[in-house]
Amino acid sequence: MLAKRIIPCLDIKDGQTVKGTNFVNLRQAGDPVELGKAYSRQGADELVYLDITASHEGRKTFTELVKRIAAEIDIPFTVGGGINELSDVDRLLNAGADKVSVNSAALRNPQLIDDIAKHFGSQVCVVAIDARQTPQGWKCYLNGGRIETERRLIEWAREANGRGAGEILFTSMNHDGVKTGYANEALAELSDALTIPVIASGGAGSMEHFRDAFIRGKADAALAASVFHFGEIPIPELKRYLCKEGINVRL
Amino acid sequence: MKVAIIKYNAGNIFSVDYALKRLGAEPIVTDDKEILSSADKVIFPGVGEAETTMKHLRANGLDKLIKNLKQPVLGICLGMQLLCSRSEEGDADCLGIFDTEVKRFCPQRHEDKVPHMGWNTISNTNSRLFEGFAKEEFVYFVHSYYVPVNAYTAATTDYILPFSAALHKDNFYATQFHPEKSGETGARILTNFLNL
Repeated sequence: MLAKRIIPCLDIKDGQTVKGTNFVNLRQAGDPVELGKAYSRQGADELVYLDITASHEGRKTFTELVKRIAAEIDIPFTVGGGINELSDVDRLLNAGADKVSVNSAALRNPQLIDDIAKHFGSQVCVVAIDARQTPQGWKCYLNGGRIETERRLIEWAREANGRGAGEILFTSMNHDGVKTGYANEALAELSDALTIPVIASGGAGSMEHFRDAFIRGKADAALAASVFHFGEIPIPELKRYLCKEGINVRL
Repeated sequence: MKVAIIKYNAGNIFSVDYALKRLGAEPIVTDDKEILSSADKVIFPGVGEAETTMKHLRANGLDKLIKNLKQPVLGICLGMQLLCSRSEEGDADCLGIFDTEVKRFCPQRHEDKVPHMGWNTISNTNSRLFEGFAKEEFVYFVHSYYVPVNAYTAATTDYILPFSAALHKDNFYATQFHPEKSGETGARILTNFLNL
């Protein structure tokens, strides 16, 4: 049976992890490669590396980093942040990334999804959606949640699915950083509406939250950052717990 | 030992190259026919589309070369599918090492998402690739087309239906999953191949 996936997310700035300084037993806690290897050893199923650098120099550093990650990590990894056009995708896949995650650029120019799927295959194209629940429903946001758009979550996710996205990575801005659980209702609605896997993001604070995302939210994968980086939830323990709760995970 | 990775118009060649280097091998990524023919082990990787890739292989004479290889060959993902006789993907005639067809997954329920992507278990392992496997182990898959269970099946996986996770015939070995992305389990499979 296909396993539900646990995905640590690492934010990268100028080649170093931004969070994750509390990780023990690492010579270089800030080194994204060392951190990724540690997660892989613990049983992470995939990794996501998000480049939050804005400068051109930073982009070059990130590409070099992706090469090092590809050389050393033996599980699949996705890279995202600052992917605006097909040449960015080409550069990162050539550096050894397995998948790329596109967010604002796809919302501004949905054709980018078709182009990525056509040139590199749907399986490399993760469409990340930042959305917030408003009195008018779930609205999509641009630029890391700074600019509200009129696009609705389900409608945009369906369009991305239709254009050839391989997965949807949905972050609830209402839940992100609050540690009260994932946006399970919206997740379940997405999962029912789409024919591609849905990755839950935003809100993990306890092991129960992961269980709820998989059972109530019908998510295929759950992504988290701080609970892993600060050692609050060790991945081996989380997986044993999920297994006990009847969820199929890779042990 | 000389390990050659067949270079062609497909993605994912770097991952295989890196994985072998992690195991201490020094693979050569090449489309040079002499190097490929004289290598001790040949790996035929691949992510891509069947028909386009077959056209490319034929145009470069690599189709005949692969069919005539006598040393252990490992086809991975699309590489495995291209070793079969034909594929529904682009209605392509393939290399015909394994006399079987490649079919597209047909979802039966809403939960049956295509591509089959993620970690799944392999069962009924029956090849030296899986030497030392005591239990069902998880490996990483990404594919929309599958090879039905047949006389050459060397491992099975269940997704929508039981299908061939691995094939073996004579010197040809193949996996539908990506050993180079399958953590420690994958590393053991690649090591077993290198030790054949």
